[in-house]
Amino acid sequence: MSSPGIRTASFALVLTCALLLSGCSKRESDDYRQPYQGGDAATGKKLVTQYQCGACHKIPNVAGAGGLAGPDLEKFGRLSYIAGGIPNDPPRLVAWLLDPPALKPGTIMPAMGMTEQEARHMAAYLYTLR
Amino acid sequence: MNGTLQSVLHPAGLDAAVISQFAWVLFGAGTLIFAAVMALLVLGLRDNATPLRPGLWIAGAGVAFPVLVLSVLLVWSTWRSARLVPQSPNAALSISVTARMWWWEVRYRDPGSGREIVTANEIHVPVGQAVYVGLNASDVIHSLWVPALSGKPDMIPGRVTGLTLRAERPGVYRGQCAEFCGAKHARMALHVVALAPDAFRDWLQRQAEPARKPQGALLERSRAAFLEQRCQSCHTIRGVAETARRGPDLTHVGSRIRIGAGLLRTHQGTLAGWNADPLAVKPGVFMPAAAGSDGESLRALAAYLEHLR
Repeated sequence: MSSPGIRTASFALVLTCALLLSGCSKRESDDYRQPYQGGDAATGKKLVTQYQCGACHKIPNVAGAGGLAGPDLEKFGRLSYIAGGIPNDPPRLVAWLLDPPALKPGTIMPAMGMTEQEARHMAAYLYTLR
Repeated sequence: MNGTLQSVLHPAGLDAAVISQFAWVLFGAGTLIFAAVMALLVLGLRDNATPLRPGLWIAGAGVAFPVLVLSVLLVWSTWRSARLVPQSPNAALSISVTARMWWWEVRYRDPGSGREIVTANEIHVPVGQAVYVGLNASDVIHSLWVPALSGKPDMIPGRVTGLTLRAERPGVYRGQCAEFCGAKHARMALHVVALAPDAFRDWLQRQAEPARKPQGALLERSRAAFLEQRCQSCHTIRGVAETARRGPDLTHVGSRIRIGAGLLRTHQGTLAGWNADPLAVKPGVFMPAAAGSDGESLRALAAYLEHLR
């Protein structure tokens, strides 16, 4: 066994791993770490209050939002998955808000009949919850 | 004006207008008298203040002045009070409201058939017409207060009190219970909806009809969900199940502005959330959670209730 060979191999392995790991932090799902530009968070917060999402969800700084039927949204912007299985990125979140049962048939959350623009505003607000 | 404003400062009924005028006149007169007294105090505290004859001031400012002012206010307020809507159960339209922990049951008499129409948490009245509201309570003392329209009569178990309402402008006026009645007193609100007389007639006609028949497979299934959950053991839906009186009548629940006694706007989302866990949004409420059921039947139930317009 030549030790230089092993050294070179392990060096290559470490380098490959390092490159792979660095690649991990550069995926497009990283986009949601930036403020979401597709809607206006302040309008979104108004809509969340107006639609009374608080009937099911706990939402910080929304008056009366203390529902327990759905998940707490306190750190929603940090979640990797929506509804425990749908990758959390803006297009999917907007689709989810528009029609939850279409993405997850067993969910309690009904389609509320909001417009796509309203859903975008709400998504913008939800991504501020970190 | 904001449709659901609850404010004594924006009267929309005759009684509320008279009451707010009293308040402003008394507030204004009180302010003037207070300012005058403070001015006299400042004058009296100066170093070179001239001594006065106390007898004259006591007789003048202490006796004659209050007697004069209070007499004028008494005469004026008595004269104004005569303008209040006369309280009489002989109004053309009478509605009865029963307060319960923590919601309002509202009953109308259908002019066509003479049958009772039962609804909840919303009083619809025709604009410009005196409406007699018979008030009762089923458990503890409550009080009905719609600030933009009138004063607040108590509702006492076993005793019928009354209130004659007259809304002068169409609109939606929020009101609430004004007598502490237990844990959810603060979340016992209601809305008075004042409609043009013919709109009111149409509304009453629609309310008199039994519940809408479900159209399509989804709603058929959802009506089944209502029965599976045994909702009918507390709630009546005319044409579906008509025995229970414990909770609000749901025959036309989808047509109401809010559910949970003025708490949540009526739409599928809030209906689903309310059914899944009413205690989370209104702790202490007597309705149990339907949390054991699967998402699909809860959604179906919410869709069915929303379509009951």
